[in-house]
Amino acid sequence: MKKSGILSKIFIGLVFLFLYAPIAVLIVFSFNASKSRTVWAGFTLDWYVELFSDSAVMEAFGTTILVSVLAAIIATVLGTVTAVGLNQMGKRSRNFLLGVNNIPVMNSEIITGVSLMLLFLTIGNVLRTRLGFGTLLLSHITFDTPYVILSVMPKLRQMDKNMFEAAQDLGATKIQSFFKVVLPQIRSGVVNGMLIAFTLSLDDFVISYFTSGTDVQTLSMLIYSMTRKRISPKINALSTILFVAVLALLVIVNVRQFRQEKAQAKKEAALDPDIPDIEPEEI
Amino acid sequence: MKGKAIAIPYTIWMAIFVVAPLVLVVIYAFTTADGAFTLENFSHMGDYTTVFVKSFLLALIATAICLLIGYPFAYIITKQSEVFKQVAMLLIMLPMWMNFLLRTYAWMSILENNGLLNRLLSFIGLPTISIINTDAAVVLGMVYNFLPFMVLPIYSVIDKIDKSVIEAAQDLGANSGMVFRKVIFPLSLPGVLSGITMVFVPSVSTFIISKLLGGGSSLMLGDLIEMQFLGNAYNPHLGSAISLVMMVIVIICMAVMNRFGDGESEAVLL
Amino acid sequence: MKKVSCIVLAAAMLLAVLSGCSSDSGEKRVVNVYNWGEYIDMDVLDMFEDQTGIEVNYKTFENNEAMYAVLKSGGANYDVVIPSDYMISRMIDEDMLQPINFENVPNYDLLDESYLGLEFDPDNTYSVPYTWGTVGLIYNTTMVGEEITSWKSLFDEKYAGQILMFDNSRDAFGIALKILGYSFNTTDESQINEAYDLLEQQKPLVQAYVMDQIFDKMCGGEAAIAPYYAGDYLTMVAENPDLAYCAPVEGANIFVDSMCIPKSAENKDEAEEFINFMCSTEVALMNSEFTGYGTPSADAYAQLDEESRNNTVLYPTDDVISNCESFLNLPEEILKLYNDLWVKLKS
Repeated sequence: MKKSGILSKIFIGLVFLFLYAPIAVLIVFSFNASKSRTVWAGFTLDWYVELFSDSAVMEAFGTTILVSVLAAIIATVLGTVTAVGLNQMGKRSRNFLLGVNNIPVMNSEIITGVSLMLLFLTIGNVLRTRLGFGTLLLSHITFDTPYVILSVMPKLRQMDKNMFEAAQDLGATKIQSFFKVVLPQIRSGVVNGMLIAFTLSLDDFVISYFTSGTDVQTLSMLIYSMTRKRISPKINALSTILFVAVLALLVIVNVRQFRQEKAQAKKEAALDPDIPDIEPEEI
Repeated sequence: MKGKAIAIPYTIWMAIFVVAPLVLVVIYAFTTADGAFTLENFSHMGDYTTVFVKSFLLALIATAICLLIGYPFAYIITKQSEVFKQVAMLLIMLPMWMNFLLRTYAWMSILENNGLLNRLLSFIGLPTISIINTDAAVVLGMVYNFLPFMVLPIYSVIDKIDKSVIEAAQDLGANSGMVFRKVIFPLSLPGVLSGITMVFVPSVSTFIISKLLGGGSSLMLGDLIEMQFLGNAYNPHLGSAISLVMMVIVIICMAVMNRFGDGESEAVLL
Repeated sequence: MKKVSCIVLAAAMLLAVLSGCSSDSGEKRVVNVYNWGEYIDMDVLDMFEDQTGIEVNYKTFENNEAMYAVLKSGGANYDVVIPSDYMISRMIDEDMLQPINFENVPNYDLLDESYLGLEFDPDNTYSVPYTWGTVGLIYNTTMVGEEITSWKSLFDEKYAGQILMFDNSRDAFGIALKILGYSFNTTDESQINEAYDLLEQQKPLVQAYVMDQIFDKMCGGEAAIAPYYAGDYLTMVAENPDLAYCAPVEGANIFVDSMCIPKSAENKDEAEEFINFMCSTEVALMNSEFTGYGTPSADAYAQLDEESRNNTVLYPTDDVISNCESFLNLPEEILKLYNDLWVKLKS
């Protein structure tokens, strides 16, 4: 028993080593005095200084953040509203729509990217529009929203359907009852969905590559154009900053959430000994 | 009856941005540059058999490795304390916040002939290995990039298994091996299927991993499709035809797999 | 009722986002430039922006064929592109370029006549030369014990696993054709098939098919031998002194990359202003010094330091140049054959 415990700890450690080895490399070499990717030539902060004066990198970073934030917010609103609507539909039409919703999730990115490119070019021929920030944003919303819906739907199903109606019977308007009754219950699903959407947008390369055209360029695309010759350590520096910022944010959020959950569980346990969170033998 | 109308905007959205583009792919696949109907785009598909076979084979290997690593990994984590679980899940997600091209590029620095791994090996007196620009490096890149997509669904399914079911099995005299075989594993299957899909599909169609780590000598489906749209051999009609064939094969694979999974069709996500 | 208002809402939302696609930023003058990677001194762009107030939107491509695909797909609206000779003649044939108004490009007169009126655009209706150069072999003297003189070394089993090869059909086939003693521009299918057989034999020896990564990989000592542009060699040898260069005896590719304005360009005036700026002596000199490639500007060449001018890698002797051949556009069926064989080779 003990031995297998140690073995599994080692296994977990090795997997994390595998996942974090390249990240460690990136971070270490963001402080490297030479441009080399493999030879250490001394410590420097030059890349961090240069980073902020490189307009191409900063612009691409700005575009990436803007498109990710906008797409995540719009997808979250669209997805949540749609999930609520779907939840009230008949089983057959709901399953059909959920099936269509699953297409961008299940399809390979390259096909989503290529097919959207064909769509935008076809529309562009008619409306005389062209690829740009608009098409980039539309594409991101399109592949983000399904994840929001998939994340919100289970929470809606767990909810007691009658509560929504009960609230309205008690005189709340639909909008009031949505915000006061439904939303608090599905909040974790919504937040989770938004986080997934944001992460996917931030990390996306393939779909942006096919749909963004001439005018805009996301960080991924800039990095792609650099991988052809040589990636500037400035990009390592930017990624390191991002990584540390995200790490800090996640730690704060999770520590808080964890504390809250614990406090909540205790409170609930004290009030109502029957809630399912509690292990059966504790009762 | 009242609330379902709010699903309409997104229904229209899907019609425009999900269904219509796929219809366009089909139209492109069956037409020439002049818009005339043709089957020619498919008649040469045989030339690309090696590309298809190689892509599916490498994706299959990558998926199998992800499953072999990801399942025990997820299983072990579910047995740890709440805090450990939460931290571990965060650590799984966190790499995704660092650009995947950059992480793959970092693997290039590690695996190169004069790369960090070989420097380390020769420093401690071991023979160096030559892995960059091989299929093994491509598979490694796939496993690296898509492992989280295997771990997350499996973890979330196992973690939700009601503890009382396991206890019941133990009370009925099952040892831990039997509990796993008879209770946990069957209940975790939906997560496994979802994980397989989420690793296999992006693996089979990747074009950047093979470019960076594979040395360009073994073309993959993603490369082939990219070449037709924005690369060396411009022909979106042929590109659409290849995309369509790939999509159909993937759908058939998924359908067959889901049949094995007792018709559990709903994806389990994150 | 509800349904109708929902549909209206949805349509409004869509329109709002879609209209974002076409919003040109009104008064601000911009020029969209599409060039090869690391093929310009970036300070030049800032200078242009400061002098003219025109914002430069600068992006790069990997090779001529990729640039062609992007333009052909219709998704792009570049105002200035800088392809090579044979691609320019293909784009002229396919009506993808528009004539340049040379009244707006007075600095055109500063260019050396030997780079004008070349075969791909005999009257320079569509193109203004930007740089020229040759392709040669770069090798690492610590890994290669002999002096390299021939393309054949790329096919030598001694260097198995240490060879890098160009990742585009035209360049790769070109090398094989030269070894066989044929022209780059042959339309004889049996000669092309012979070249294919040679490339297929070479494949097991090749470490990687790459383009610009040759730069990084050769500097890092990852490979022993690779074909690359002579202009980059000087930058590379500064980083890794073990690298050597040779102009292969079979003859190599000589190219002229020129600035053109695609049909789809929306900012023709700005494009011409940009081209004119690039031809000015000061800018041509900066670019030539930064990229290491030959400049077609006579004054800029005269102002280069002695060392660069006398460097036979950058400015080869007449013997070497007369041994070089440039790529010409090929008939469509030959291009298709190239594509098919290329995919076959790589799969």
